[in-house]
Amino acid sequence: MKKTLLSAAIGAAVLGFASAASAATLDNVKSKGFVQCGVNTGLAGFAAPDSAGNWTGFDVDYCKAVAAAVFGDATKVKYTPTTAQSRFTALQSGEVDLLARNTTWTISRDTSLGLNFRYVNYYDGQGFMIPKSLNVKSALELSGAAVCVQSGTTTELNLADYFKSNNLQYNPVVFEKLEEVNAAYQAGRCDVYTTDQSGLYSLRLSLSNPDDHIILPEIISKEPLGPAVRQGDDQWFDIVTWAGYAMVQAEDFGITQKNLDEMKNSTNPDIRRFLGVEKDTKIGTDLGLTNEWAYNIIKNVGNYGEVFERNIGANTPLKIQRGLNALWSKGGLQYAPPVR
Amino acid sequence: MTDHAAIAPSEARTLRSYAYDPKFRGIFYQVLTLLIVLVVGWWIFHNTTENLARSGTASGYGFLRGRAGFDIGQSLIAYTSDSTYGRAIVVGFLNTMLVAILGIFTATIIGFIIGLGRLSRNWLVAKLCTLYVEVFRNIPVLLIIFFWYKGVLDSLPQVRDSIALPFNVFLNNRGLAFPNPIWGEGAWVIPVALLVAVVATIVIARWAKQRQAATGKQFHTIWTGAGLVIGLPILAFLIMGAPLTFDSPIAGRFNMTGGARILPEFVALYMALSLYTASFIAEVIRAGIRGVAKGQSEASFALGLHPSHTTRLVVVPQAMRIIIPPLTSQYLNLTKNSSLGVAIGFPELFSTTSTTLNQTGQAVEAISIMLTVYLAISIATSIFMNWFNAKMALVER
Repeated sequence: MKKTLLSAAIGAAVLGFASAASAATLDNVKSKGFVQCGVNTGLAGFAAPDSAGNWTGFDVDYCKAVAAAVFGDATKVKYTPTTAQSRFTALQSGEVDLLARNTTWTISRDTSLGLNFRYVNYYDGQGFMIPKSLNVKSALELSGAAVCVQSGTTTELNLADYFKSNNLQYNPVVFEKLEEVNAAYQAGRCDVYTTDQSGLYSLRLSLSNPDDHIILPEIISKEPLGPAVRQGDDQWFDIVTWAGYAMVQAEDFGITQKNLDEMKNSTNPDIRRFLGVEKDTKIGTDLGLTNEWAYNIIKNVGNYGEVFERNIGANTPLKIQRGLNALWSKGGLQYAPPVR
Repeated sequence: MTDHAAIAPSEARTLRSYAYDPKFRGIFYQVLTLLIVLVVGWWIFHNTTENLARSGTASGYGFLRGRAGFDIGQSLIAYTSDSTYGRAIVVGFLNTMLVAILGIFTATIIGFIIGLGRLSRNWLVAKLCTLYVEVFRNIPVLLIIFFWYKGVLDSLPQVRDSIALPFNVFLNNRGLAFPNPIWGEGAWVIPVALLVAVVATIVIARWAKQRQAATGKQFHTIWTGAGLVIGLPILAFLIMGAPLTFDSPIAGRFNMTGGARILPEFVALYMALSLYTASFIAEVIRAGIRGVAKGQSEASFALGLHPSHTTRLVVVPQAMRIIIPPLTSQYLNLTKNSSLGVAIGFPELFSTTSTTLNQTGQAVEAISIMLTVYLAISIATSIFMNWFNAKMALVER
């Protein structure tokens, strides 16, 4: 009796180990039939649910691109809203398959957190927003201000470093949730709001009087934002990375959602290879996908420029210029390695 | 027993006879339970370390010595972004203790008043106290915290329209700014004088009690004690030539600069926890007083004791025996509920530790620290209250 129970307990423990061992993410995604994507809890233009509960945004489109590459169907995504604090745990624990949540790529996140970053979908930098009525022209005038910031972000660390290195005093007002930081700034609990500039543009829209607030010219940090995956699954890492490069490459080729099917008839071997129409192309199958992977991404989501303009570009309320995020050939930093 | 006696000498005890032996069965089940607990515990530990190693996540507590790099709005000890993660967690721990101790103190006082008020013969007082209990007991504490925080933020003026109170005290939605006392040379005499006064009061109280027991003469210990505790430090202060200056807050470009400050987050959390827990304490007090048999106070009146003496000497000491154990749980609840301060950005233990967690990614370690600290606080509180309970308990003779 005693022996059987004990051996049963040990057996259960061993079984537990076996189930805890991670299977390849791609197989896992394919068998469950959707990509579980970690996104922001609500950052207009980047990831926010609309009135019907459908998620839209720049980062959301990244999730859709990955789903399109895997399934040929951009709707096969489920979203997990994550806070700045919960995002890494969600990814490490396997709750989400990838994190597309305006997350800064840093060396410590790349190493000690056990994450992998490679592709940067938005080059950003940290800025400050302040009410116009305070008449501040530069961040160097901010000594003594109360600064609202979200906890557990690189923003929080850069803020401390910037004020320290410029010998400025400040009172940090720190919240875990973005909504709480916004509410505190609106209530006048702090003078200044700091986060990535893209975030400031988005947040300014949600204020009752967006025009009463200005974004200071200083950018105090480099914030390369990009998708992250867990370490130890190179195949999945490649898929997530190249989904991004494919969108950039498509813009480089001039392939858009509209002219996609005409481009299939292109004589350019690079384009034919990219779209999987060249004979004996193995690019897609080597990734573990079909050779139409890039075609599916562009068909469902569009190229990088289209995604940018649709969500955050000049014709959206956010009115963000391409700036650093223009193609390398147009003076920006978006550059895709050769797809061959 | 006869069965045992019959079986014990015979050497050939069958397996069956063990199964029907209650003593053996008892030991067997305990050993089995212990084994299961150990195996499950070992499995969790092993599985966690295994998975952490596989995911490439760093582990161990070495990160506590690393530079934190983030700032904290309110700290009882010196802290800058150059301090270590360990220190950041200590800052959070002290803030938790601050709000817990002040909250327990206030909640006990309010709870006593409301609890006694509910027993009042005055209809209005009794109904108002009932209303208080029912309202606060039936609303989630997080809502009460938000209510106070929004109340503070929205009803108080912006920093540039601060309400100026006497003595250079300013009130606005960034908190209460007040002059910070700076003690000069010789100021150490003042706490020493306070200590002397406290010791003297205790000695006098003992002497007065003995004298009353021996002669029946009463002595006004309370007034003498109060005079000593207040008078001696003031005397010391004057003798040392008033070694005190104030650093007053001045309106700066953005904020009040200089002086000391109580943050609205702290006030909101402290008020909410005190008022919420007080409603439970009030019920505990009421139950305790109701639990003392009516005959006790009737007997006391029959002996000719004054009503206030009846309450103080007969009812309350007996009620305390009923009150203390549930009161302990309420104190523990208040301490643990202080972790909700994270919702309004009060830098308590949960907040600073989870920021540390996020900056270092060491989830298991950070959470184990939080668990240990909360457990230690709770156990320490329990030990103290159990000691107090044992002291108050009926001494059987």
